[in-house]
Amino acid sequence: MAHKSIETKYYEERASFFEDLTRMGALSRRGFLHIAGVSAGIAAAKGLIVPQSFQLIEIAQAAETAAPAFTIAYISDTHLYTRNVNDRFIRSAVKAVEEVNALDPQPDFVLFGGDLAQLGRGEELDLGAQILKDLKAPVKMMVGEHDWFLDMGEHWRSLFGPSQYSFDHKGIHFVTLMSVQEKDFWTARGMTPEERMHTVAGLDNGIQSRFEVGPDGRQWLQNDLAAIDKKTPIVIFSHSPLYKYYRNWNFWTEDADEVQAILDKFDTVSVIHGHTHQLLLNHIGNINFYGLLSTAWPWPYAPEGLPKLTVQMNRADPFNAFDGCGDGQLNVLASGMVNKVYNLWNRNPVTVRASYLSSNGAKDRPPAATLSSY
Amino acid sequence: MRHFRHLALVLSLIAGPALAGNDPPRHQLPPSPDGNLVVGLCDGETSLEVKGVKPGDQMTREQGQQIADTLMQEWRRKHPDAEWVVAAAEPPAEGQMPGVKAPAEDQFQTYGAFTERDRQIWQESTDRLVAEGKRIFHDAKALGGTNAISCDMCHPDGSNTHPETYPKFQVQLGRVALLRDMINWCIENPVRGKPFADDDPRLKALEAYILAQRKGVALEYGKH
Repeated sequence: MAHKSIETKYYEERASFFEDLTRMGALSRRGFLHIAGVSAGIAAAKGLIVPQSFQLIEIAQAAETAAPAFTIAYISDTHLYTRNVNDRFIRSAVKAVEEVNALDPQPDFVLFGGDLAQLGRGEELDLGAQILKDLKAPVKMMVGEHDWFLDMGEHWRSLFGPSQYSFDHKGIHFVTLMSVQEKDFWTARGMTPEERMHTVAGLDNGIQSRFEVGPDGRQWLQNDLAAIDKKTPIVIFSHSPLYKYYRNWNFWTEDADEVQAILDKFDTVSVIHGHTHQLLLNHIGNINFYGLLSTAWPWPYAPEGLPKLTVQMNRADPFNAFDGCGDGQLNVLASGMVNKVYNLWNRNPVTVRASYLSSNGAKDRPPAATLSSY
Repeated sequence: MRHFRHLALVLSLIAGPALAGNDPPRHQLPPSPDGNLVVGLCDGETSLEVKGVKPGDQMTREQGQQIADTLMQEWRRKHPDAEWVVAAAEPPAEGQMPGVKAPAEDQFQTYGAFTERDRQIWQESTDRLVAEGKRIFHDAKALGGTNAISCDMCHPDGSNTHPETYPKFQVQLGRVALLRDMINWCIENPVRGKPFADDDPRLKALEAYILAQRKGVALEYGKH
């Protein structure tokens, strides 16, 4: 038999799965569940190792969380190269867009969590904008360091507007922060914009500075929140985690303490952040923190500094290009708290309830991983 | 101690070009007109033709000792100031070589008589191999990749490569794998390059870097 790559096998399974779907005319919810069950049965019959079996069970279960006031979908960290360089990340991004478009009912809007491009090139950002245009729901954009450090955000802003903004939606005040500012490490070293971008793009490249919101950004945040009542629920979108996790990989925000102090007066605050490509949870003071999954690749947990409330996701199977990646939803409750669904491709989704973080881990603990990190 | 400096020089000569992907320098022996065996000394200069013995012939231990003695004698004739005997008979007093405890006299051998300086040179050579591995690990082109993906994108600082768990039964492959099998798997699949040959200096450098990141972690082969 001719050798087939894992991705080829995945696409063959996927194609045959959708053929089955069409044949059975199974577009009702009942039909979805039936097919998902069939698919899971096939997986079980094949034995333990089914690295790329396509299962709709994820979507079926994700829809069954507690009834929220409204729902936000998210896609994050697509890290797109242009098509001639790498089409794998493009397929992942398109897969996420298709999944979000398949949600019924549709989310109120879609958060894009930053790092649309890999090296900040105009072509990469244009391609990303084109892919996200297919989303049926409106999109809220957040910037990441991979989008920024080639031209310091010029092209990104021309496509998507300001990198820092706020808006109100159904009684909640949303703020999108530009939290990947870095102190100038490039001028003294005589770096070209490309060299600057490559340095920032390397997670373990120690030359770069640490992420920060910066004094101007913090002032802007203070002004933005000045007129907001302390009882109004606040949801912050930030690319970097807004706390200090692991400095060497910039899983870190240098002025996190100052930013947290600005948010301290509010009763209900949730921070939704990208960058870390993993199931990541934290609770500091009154703030619940939720990390987003990447569609491109998962990152291992850092060797130290992991918040103790984080329930690790299983380590990724390197033999499955989609494992450990995914997208998901934020189910915003009437209280303004957020239940977060990690829609891990190739695995069962994990729902993290706000009550788990707010109770400091006493209630509603998500299921633990069976394959811990090394 | 001069001969040890020679040794260090030879080592560094080997380490340099090997990283660039070339063969290490070899001692070119003068051919014997009668097709006899020619044996070279490790100084790269001195050699000896063994009369009546062809390459591949079996020799007695006595013959071998005689060849070694003759070569050594010739080397000492060329290097009258080498202080070979002095070095072997009188190891430097403790304290003269920081970090190196002088061996007891009855256990002394030339092999163990290296200085802190030697050790630094050796460490530097090793670090250079690790640094070369780090460069390749972070460079999609050096990996021979075709989709701009490099190892560090999923394994910052070599994390989650767990070299200490190999060899182990790699379930997805259905067989026992070594670290290098997994390196090559990654090069072939996510990186979309061609796997390295077992003696490829890039593979050696990658192994050196990955292992160096796990210094101090207990070996636990077979772990899942």
